[in-house]
Amino acid sequence: MIREWVGGERIPFARRWGIAIAVLGLMIALILLGQGHGFGALEYLQFILDGLRGGSIYALVALGFVLVYRVMGVINFAQGAFVMLGPMLTAFFYEQKWPPAPGLRLALAALLAVGIVGALGMIIERLTLYPARRASPLTRIIITVGVYLSLQGAALLLWGPYAKVLPSFTTLSLSDPTYRFAGVRVKAQSLWIAGTLIAALLALGLFFGRTTVGKAMRACAVNRLAARLMGIPVDTMSTLAFGMAAALGAIAGIVLGPVTRATYDMGLELGLKGFVAAIMGGLVSFPGAVLGGLLLGALENLWAGVTVAGFKDLFAFVILILVLLLHPRGFAGTEAEVERA
Amino acid sequence: MGRAGFPANAIGFAIGLPLILAIGGLEAFRPMGLSLPALTGGLLTLDTMIRVGLFTIVLVGLNLLMGYAGQVSLGQAAFYGMGAFFSAIMTVRARTLGIPPALAEAWWWPWLVMLTGAFLVGLTAYGIGRPILRLRGHYLAMATLGLGIVVYILLRENLGLPHLNLTGGFDGIQGIPRLRLGGLLLWPAWRYYFLVWLFAFGAIALGLRVVRSRVGRALRAIHGSEMAAESVGVEVSYYKAQVFGLSAAMAALAGSLYAHFQTTVIPATFGFGSSLELVVMSAVGGMASIWGAPFGALTVLLVQEVLRTQLHRVIPNAQGEFEAIAFGVILVLIMLFLPEGLTTGGLRWLRSRMGLRPR
Repeated sequence: MIREWVGGERIPFARRWGIAIAVLGLMIALILLGQGHGFGALEYLQFILDGLRGGSIYALVALGFVLVYRVMGVINFAQGAFVMLGPMLTAFFYEQKWPPAPGLRLALAALLAVGIVGALGMIIERLTLYPARRASPLTRIIITVGVYLSLQGAALLLWGPYAKVLPSFTTLSLSDPTYRFAGVRVKAQSLWIAGTLIAALLALGLFFGRTTVGKAMRACAVNRLAARLMGIPVDTMSTLAFGMAAALGAIAGIVLGPVTRATYDMGLELGLKGFVAAIMGGLVSFPGAVLGGLLLGALENLWAGVTVAGFKDLFAFVILILVLLLHPRGFAGTEAEVERA
Repeated sequence: MGRAGFPANAIGFAIGLPLILAIGGLEAFRPMGLSLPALTGGLLTLDTMIRVGLFTIVLVGLNLLMGYAGQVSLGQAAFYGMGAFFSAIMTVRARTLGIPPALAEAWWWPWLVMLTGAFLVGLTAYGIGRPILRLRGHYLAMATLGLGIVVYILLRENLGLPHLNLTGGFDGIQGIPRLRLGGLLLWPAWRYYFLVWLFAFGAIALGLRVVRSRVGRALRAIHGSEMAAESVGVEVSYYKAQVFGLSAAMAALAGSLYAHFQTTVIPATFGFGSSLELVVMSAVGGMASIWGAPFGALTVLLVQEVLRTQLHRVIPNAQGEFEAIAFGVILVLIMLFLPEGLTTGGLRWLRSRMGLRPR
């Protein structure tokens, strides 16, 4: 039962194969492009591995999009702002003098940041989307865009345009150790990121499968009216879902923090790419979103390897348009769910 | 949205046209040393008014799309930019493209480019919109978002053809010629102002016409109930795609006019932020109102101007960050408390004051 809810309805194998063939074709095209550069198998593997790191982040962000969309029916364009606030707040707390042990300080800072962003998400939902709960989806989408603008402006106001740096989780310094496995290099932070993604998936699975609140939230997503009639406080569930999505976004930003520099405007790109990942997964399925994120990250990095650097960001959005034009259901979901979107 | 009982359109033209003419006349002749900045305490300049006119053209299209067809476009600035760069490339880079100088230097060439650009951009939008709009819901918003960013990156990266240097990369294109009408140069600024507002009123008239036409009726039916509209034979996706194409063409036209006004275009002007700005303008003026377009543009540009010039008096060291916050907060507040925007909301208030039946 949970499988159906989490994954959307099963899709026919023929269609699934179609997607697989399309992805394979794309990979072959990218590899052929790379032949001109004289890349070997190892380089491709390295590209894909590095890409999976970014992909895990997209996947985490995409989970937030799917969560809010399923429970509230809103595409939450403010998600990128929460992704940005996570590392910014963490770095801000980490820069304080207390507690003196840097490891403890980083852990506390990260926890505090996730908590604050989660709470902020809930407050924002109560202040903006809750009063507009009967408004048209169009209105609600524009509201989230407004929230995004305000949060980004607030970050710029608080911390200025300068990049904030988070230390590597492993060494607690700026240098991050690199491990070598059979010729491919993996950064330690990449392992933290992958671990976080797996932990987040497990936590979400447990939450929706085992806890009463999680089950109530699922009920809201399936049928709001019926859920209300069963005595589930649907508006509270919406607030909670929004807060959870915000916290997820913050976590994604924090684990990414040591790899990139955190700036007030980093949320736009990450939010949009997470959104593309969610669309690839059909916008209604958690595994679809994760798969979409990982695939997007890997393919994008391959693409960046074989073309000009400035074109890296192009890939995700070309994919977005292609998915919408050719296969708007993504990896999962049904016609009915796409129609409801 | 004027109907019997309240001739909003007639009043709009009756007030708007003379006002625009008066401002232009004032700036053209400067009687007794008076000028627009002097009269408004430096708040309004001819430059701002030209921008309002340009945005009006874009917003009429955007309002048709958002307010009447119920679709968000988060990439409208891309169409604006496509128009601007099409004009810029076809005039400045004519030699690179192998266009004979005799053609490229003719006075009517920029005009031809402008119309062709608008047509091509409209066609592109229609081609993208047709399949996507078959799906119900906000898939167009996502597609336009993607398209906007793709267009921005292509402009920034020289369309992937660095050896031709067509778009000029980050720095854009400089030295776009001013428009001429036969032997008459449409410059100084007041001449261009009249041209822009001629187009702006044309856009408003076209918008009003579309709203009252078969397409407009179909869109209103769709707005009421898509299923009901479909069941009486309205082909929903067809009309939506048509409006999307029209709005893109209008944005492209305004973009061309912008290019010839500014004489410089850079890709950064047409990024995602500008698309959001257009949505803010549309929401402020009132999405489901053609007359909301000039009001939305004027209000937002004035707010920007005030923030830029006055804010540091209240908060020293204040920079652009407040603009973003103010934009975001304004957008949220308008959506929460005045979702119809200033014009429609204001009209409703007027109607109720005049004892007319509020619709």
